[in-house]
Amino acid sequence: MSVGAPRSLASSGQKPIAEILHPLSAAEEQLSVTVGGDKEAGLTNGTPVETSSPASTSSLLNRLQLDDDLEADIRDPYAEAAETRDLFVTVDDPKKHVSTMETYITYRVSTKTSRVEFDLPEYCVRRRYQDFDWLRIKLEDSQPTHLIPPLPEKFVMKGVVDRFSEDFVETRMKALDKFLKRVADHPVLSFNPHLNTFLTTKDLNKRQGLALLSKVGESVKHVAGGYKLRARPAEFGAMGEYLDTFNQKLGTIDRIAQRILKEQSEYLTELREYGTVYSSWAGSEDELRRPLEGVGGCVTTCCGALEDLGDGMSQDILPVLREYVLYIESMKSVLRKRDQSQAEYEGRLEAAVLRKQEDRTPMPLEVEKCQDKVECFNADLKADWERWQSNKRHDFKQLLTGMADKNINHYEKCQAAWESLITLLQDKQTEDKTSETN
Amino acid sequence: FVLSPPPPKNLFLPMLCGVTAQMLEEGSTLLRRMEICVAEAEKRNGKNTVNMQETFTVYLVETRPMDAVAEGRNQAPDSLWRRYSEFELLRNYLLVTYPYIVVPPLPEKRAEFVWHKLSADNMDPDFVERRRVGLENFLLRVASHPVLSNDKILHHFLIEEHGWKEVVYETGFQAKADSRLRALSATFRVRNPDKRFMEMKHYSDELQSHTSQLLRARARVADRLYGVYKVHGNYGRVFSEWSAMEKEMGDGLQSAGHHMDAYAASIDDILEEEEHYADQLKEYLFYAEALRAVCRKHELTQFEFEMASQELVSKKQQHEELSTGIVRTFSFKGMTNKLFGQEAPEQREARLKLLEDLIAEGEEDVQEKTVECGEHVERAWVDMHRFKEQKDKDLREALINYAVMQISMCKKGIQMWSNAKECFLKM
Repeated sequence: MSVGAPRSLASSGQKPIAEILHPLSAAEEQLSVTVGGDKEAGLTNGTPVETSSPASTSSLLNRLQLDDDLEADIRDPYAEAAETRDLFVTVDDPKKHVSTMETYITYRVSTKTSRVEFDLPEYCVRRRYQDFDWLRIKLEDSQPTHLIPPLPEKFVMKGVVDRFSEDFVETRMKALDKFLKRVADHPVLSFNPHLNTFLTTKDLNKRQGLALLSKVGESVKHVAGGYKLRARPAEFGAMGEYLDTFNQKLGTIDRIAQRILKEQSEYLTELREYGTVYSSWAGSEDELRRPLEGVGGCVTTCCGALEDLGDGMSQDILPVLREYVLYIESMKSVLRKRDQSQAEYEGRLEAAVLRKQEDRTPMPLEVEKCQDKVECFNADLKADWERWQSNKRHDFKQLLTGMADKNINHYEKCQAAWESLITLLQDKQTEDKTSETN
Repeated sequence: FVLSPPPPKNLFLPMLCGVTAQMLEEGSTLLRRMEICVAEAEKRNGKNTVNMQETFTVYLVETRPMDAVAEGRNQAPDSLWRRYSEFELLRNYLLVTYPYIVVPPLPEKRAEFVWHKLSADNMDPDFVERRRVGLENFLLRVASHPVLSNDKILHHFLIEEHGWKEVVYETGFQAKADSRLRALSATFRVRNPDKRFMEMKHYSDELQSHTSQLLRARARVADRLYGVYKVHGNYGRVFSEWSAMEKEMGDGLQSAGHHMDAYAASIDDILEEEEHYADQLKEYLFYAEALRAVCRKHELTQFEFEMASQELVSKKQQHEELSTGIVRTFSFKGMTNKLFGQEAPEQREARLKLLEDLIAEGEEDVQEKTVECGEHVERAWVDMHRFKEQKDKDLREALINYAVMQISMCKKGIQMWSNAKECFLKM
């Protein structure tokens, strides 16, 4: 994607709002298109892509290498974004660092890109959780009208969770990877200079100091704002309701998943005991020893498979559910900010109207600026919402399919064990029969 | 000599019993000549022994001569109704009359080793059905046994509905039953029991212990597995609710929810089938008891032989002392003789004569007991060997069938989750 103008934050620019195609409206349009619609890959500011440009061709080639979502249907905007992707990020390779002051984990953040905003096509840096947090705060500050993906929980109770256990680190790393990928896939956020810094600079430490202050500032602004709105546009009200209900459903699903884990764990305990009875019985038999030991062995194998299933569920499924709860929180806070900005606008408007009535001064510029801000916010939010919805659909599809796969895999392992036992016992039977007749 | 063809493989051959066509070829047992089955169960009302109204279940025992079946004659079977207590009476009779046989057990009187969902109620239709199968299995085992199948009382049980009880009591078998106390005493005091029987007795303890442990553990596992499956039903509900608020995801979620419901429901059939496996284990749990009974009978006959021998030795000694005048052991008579003087020669003669008679009786007794003990050892050894082979074969098959059940359960699980996965993919 080659664009002549110097890159700044995607915004409404100089045209009146109503006339400009929203940065994400290309995605919006795709949603309403039915089967076989002509998709026009659009740039983030609405201009159609020049297919002859070398950069875009290479981006398509890049996409073919790393995209793991080829099966998605054409209508899916998530897949849409994937096809025009030219920025690929990965978080992996966790390592423990021990210093005099503290012990912490760093992750390797790898970047591959063809974008001109980046000096090199590839980068490789090491980052710790703090750095991701810094990035997130920076993004929130600089893109207040956009939904920033959530990070995994920051604080973990030292006594309860082992911050350095393989499972915990693995889970956290996957969540960080997801976070970064979501940011990199976002048509607006991915061009944020802070992201660039995060991905390319060797040493982020110097920039940390500012993070804490600005975060505090932001939250103060949130609390202070009164939200006396004339009328919230229906669609945002609906969004809020959806989020609340969805939050509830997620909570229920999380509880069910946990309950299943608990029941499976108790089942596992009994199953282990059950297996040992077969083995001990085998000790007092001669002809039956092998079949009994065989059954005991199968039961043990099933125990192992069940354990793997449980581990898989708690490592891969539950964390993603919880992360979506955080995502919902993020979204709700953006909705609140939008409400706040609308309230601010309406407040100023009221004040200005009153003054106008009194001394006929023209509408102050700042009121117009507020109006712009609100409309921009609304548009950004709507687009982000659609994006979030489609991401959600994709993520849950993956999550639930993964859950099904794990269960299928568990049963396959058990079935294989029992089938090999039957083969073994039946072979022995024919063996015995032939030796009898001989 | 024409061999009659093997019985047709229809519902007359139950799942439980390992009786096969091959077994029927061996020896001319009752089952070769007659088809037997317990076809139905019915509730009846009647008055019991204390003249109170009670509800009980009766079972229909059907029989049909084998040659009628072989010739293809579609003859209606003869049938009569029997209560569980009558089966018990038959078995008790067999136990007393054939103490050297490992007598096949009856299905349990009360439901035990139940996991919580299973009813412990004797009137529960599932329990009655399993009992029907167990009773049929009992009859088939008895009727295919080389010794038991020839018993007249058994034949009577199968053919004559009325008056059978009286005929059983007339045999006076109850008088022949060994008293518990005697049997227990023998166990403790016997000196030289046959080593093989002692090993067999030890084995019967092991068998009983292991089968009951297994049954208990299995019931607990069944309980837990039930819980795991049923909780998945909650997914069905929440997916359904969630699907209502979604646009594109709705259909996929809704259908997946249905599959989760189906998954949760599938455990009922799975565990119902597993009860058959439990019943097979239970049969051998009770068989262990029958095996131990044969060993205890050996201890008793051996003990009685030892007692009789000892008695004879003592009488012979007394005779020797009396005739030679040499006192070897302390005796009251000896003491009184010393104190109050010896008895008169006529008295001595009388006593010697008495002792000689007693010795003759004693020798007969010892002879009898030797034969009894020896016969028991011989016959019991044959039947215990037969039992061992039957047990090895049956339990091996039961274990294989269990594995088959597990495979079926896995396949069902894979099917359900694959169906759900397809729905998820369509989301």
